Amino acid sequence: MAQIVGSIMTSHVPAIGGAIARGLQEEAEWKPFFDGYEPVHRWLEEAQPDTAVVFYNDHGLNFFLDKMPTFAVGAAASYRNADEGWGLPTVEPFPGDPQLSWHLIDSLVADEFDVTSCQEMLVDHAFTIPMALLWPGRARRPVKVVPIAINTVQFPLPSAARCFKLGQSVGRAIEAYPHDAKVLVIGTGGMSHQLDGERAGFINREFDRLCLDKLVHDPLALTRYSNREIVELAGSQGVEILMWIAARAALTHRVRQVHSHYYVPVSNTAAGLLLLENKVTVGGIAP
Amino acid sequence: MAAVLNRPIPGTIVFDGEQAQRGYALNRMCYSFNDAANRRAFLEDEEGYCARYGLDKAQRDAVKRRDFLAMIELGGNIYYLAKLAGIFGLGVQDIGAQQTGVSVEVFKARLKNAGA
Repeated sequence: MAQIVGSIMTSHVPAIGGAIARGLQEEAEWKPFFDGYEPVHRWLEEAQPDTAVVFYNDHGLNFFLDKMPTFAVGAAASYRNADEGWGLPTVEPFPGDPQLSWHLIDSLVADEFDVTSCQEMLVDHAFTIPMALLWPGRARRPVKVVPIAINTVQFPLPSAARCFKLGQSVGRAIEAYPHDAKVLVIGTGGMSHQLDGERAGFINREFDRLCLDKLVHDPLALTRYSNREIVELAGSQGVEILMWIAARAALTHRVRQVHSHYYVPVSNTAAGLLLLENKVTVGGIAP
Repeated sequence: MAAVLNRPIPGTIVFDGEQAQRGYALNRMCYSFNDAANRRAFLEDEEGYCARYGLDKAQRDAVKRRDFLAMIELGGNIYYLAKLAGIFGLGVQDIGAQQTGVSVEVFKARLKNAGA
């Protein structure tokens, strides 16, 4: 049977990809940020996941406004990255896990999530940068992947409550997958930031801290915010916390925080990192 | 309830159905810039390229002025506009400075202070 080994939530700021491409990890400006990932590397060495299910948002590489799915699940044998137009070097393709993809699609639709399935899907920086942060210095990562894209481009976006339920459904589907697999659930994006408008550069440390705390102890509290409220509190693009909420919901109600890191600013963004494990008690998994 | 849900957010335009319709041609043009050949074609003939994608006069003028605040108001979405900005060698901090009416140095300093 498949098992969820934990969840990692991380920012995916393009500037991180630029810093990696130019080898700036040890520079004073970047070192405090990249050092935050060392405990995650050690944990991944131990956990050795086989597959990563990745909640992320496309920024206009694979999806355009002509057809904008609310939830799209990758069902490809391989996922290519491509030119996003502003200079980030493209990276090697990522091997898919079509069998798990279709299991998730079947389970989600049975669970009344009418997802879009994608046998071809380009993955952008929101997918590739977390991969580079989690498994640095290797062109090919030791995991297969299933990307799940959430629309955070065009309102109406799915609500935090809906994303939470999506994550719960994905979590149940993984736990019911009748094959041996250790699955890591990743949520990418955030934390507070705003790129557009007169409020560009907006950052809200207080709300980010609240999110980091609630994601561990009381994630349902975050589902009570409307997306407009999240935009107001976290910035236009801070709404990417939806992917963190979905990833968190795939875990059990009670979790153990393995690691947390917060660093401001990376480019225009408050960068966050959270690593959680299901809290296993004697006699099974805690409710 | 609706009034609460839709109250304005200071300095922020929510990219909703109305904006998505308003900016469709502009965003569609920017989406084309994922392709390097299209970026070159734009640089060779900016006005012709904008016309080919059906941008209206206000949008064409905003592109000509590199005025990103205006492009946002005219329905541009920042994720697509970032691809246009990249052609001019502008990153999100340059656009941020422009939209908030400060120098890039001041904009960066504000972000650093937000982290203090």
